[in-house]
Amino acid sequence: MTFKTLLAAALSAVFAVAAQAQDMKMSVTTSFANSGLADVLLPEIKKDTGINVQLLIVGTGQALKLGAQGDVDAVLVHAKAAELAWLAEGNGTHRREIMYNDFIFVGPSDDPAGVAKADRATDALSAIAEAKAPFVSRGDNSGTHKMELRLWDAAGIAPQGDWYRAVGQGMGAALNTASGMNAYLMSDRASWLKFANKGDLKLVYEGDPILFNQYAYMPVNPTKHPHAKNDLANTLEAWLVSDRAKELIDGYTLNGEKLFTFNATVD
Amino acid sequence: MNDILQGLARAAKLVVTLNADLVEITLLSLQVSLGAAVIGSAIGLPLGAWLAINRFPARRMVIALLNALMGLPPVVVGLFVYVLFSRSGPLGVLGLLFTPTAMVIAQVIIITPIIASVAHQAIRELWADYHDLLISLETTHSQRIATLLWDGRRALMTASLAGFGRGIGEVGAIMIVGGNIDHATRVLTTAIALETGKGEFDMALALGFVLIGLAIAVNLTLHMLSRTERGSRW
Repeated sequence: MTFKTLLAAALSAVFAVAAQAQDMKMSVTTSFANSGLADVLLPEIKKDTGINVQLLIVGTGQALKLGAQGDVDAVLVHAKAAELAWLAEGNGTHRREIMYNDFIFVGPSDDPAGVAKADRATDALSAIAEAKAPFVSRGDNSGTHKMELRLWDAAGIAPQGDWYRAVGQGMGAALNTASGMNAYLMSDRASWLKFANKGDLKLVYEGDPILFNQYAYMPVNPTKHPHAKNDLANTLEAWLVSDRAKELIDGYTLNGEKLFTFNATVD
Repeated sequence: MNDILQGLARAAKLVVTLNADLVEITLLSLQVSLGAAVIGSAIGLPLGAWLAINRFPARRMVIALLNALMGLPPVVVGLFVYVLFSRSGPLGVLGLLFTPTAMVIAQVIIITPIIASVAHQAIRELWADYHDLLISLETTHSQRIATLLWDGRRALMTASLAGFGRGIGEVGAIMIVGGNIDHATRVLTTAIALETGKGEFDMALALGFVLIGLAIAVNLTLHMLSRTERGSRW
């Protein structure tokens, strides 16, 4: 213990990186940050509550892992089944739904698989599998990836073959890959709208209620990780469900399109 | 091609206007990688010299291991340091994860084998010339090491700069242990990865050009300070 204390003192003396009292860390999904919503909310959070929220932008799988290890104070993700399992393991105090957006299918502008004509999202996947049209999967255990796998399952298809490319990376990297190969892929709407390297891709399918994408906020359990800043996490939660947050989230548009819909219930 | 030109133009604009975010991440890049290069040199240079002048049974094995470690994958080093400094890990109480200090530690692990290996090679050749002289003067081990380090300083600077070069361009380890947090642990390479993910290729390239410029500036500065490559000096 003395060695550790000495080491800590020596290291922080060298680099002077002592954390300030009002900093808190939150792991969030790439879509929250890439959509640009974070850039709108964070300065307002700082102004209203004095909390400087430091974002760790990762996939939902890694975001939950960081929370379970106690390396962040709260998580904001979108994969309900994984969130409930995470809570059941005692990693967090509770789950609070904040807002939603939706998933869309993106593909080559000439739509060789005829996805645009599909009635349901599962039909769209079936059409892609039947045509063996190149499809890029996140393959990184993120919320978007889990949703995609659930849809394949619902369509009764086990995707495999040359046409199914799992890139194992974030939304941006997957979009870049799809753009390069002119392939289909499933993306959250926000990341797609903000993406700057669209190439020949366009939005080919949207609107099935199954594509609903709920974001939930979960503070890390201070009983499991006593150093977790639970008071700041609770202050942040109160702000996230406030009228001010509702106004900013509902009011955030990109190219005239609304990206997120606030749906937190205030108790 | 268009992206490259736009990237160059954007890089020029960012640098000329001294964009505040750019200055911040550039300074942090310098702080982390120069810090790692200094610490890595303090460990690697004497280690390389020590290996050059000492003979012991496992010497060949140690040198082979050191050379192999030059190829350490940064992602694995990052993960290793992450697990070590995670709140649930053995050194979690220090609270160093997602700080520049953790990034320096990860880079020290990555670049020390490179610095030590290059230093060992340079010192070994020098030792062949100095061997008889230093032995006949009945110097101690540490005196020999000090002499060799001083007289081989120009070659050793190359060793340190090779280490710095690996550090400043490295992204895999610092992404994991630093977390790429805006205004806290974001450096040039992680910012480039972020902009690429957004599809903002011209911005990513602009940052890339700044990174290359920075590496050149650091190398030139050190060469000027140490007065190498000047006129008739060798």
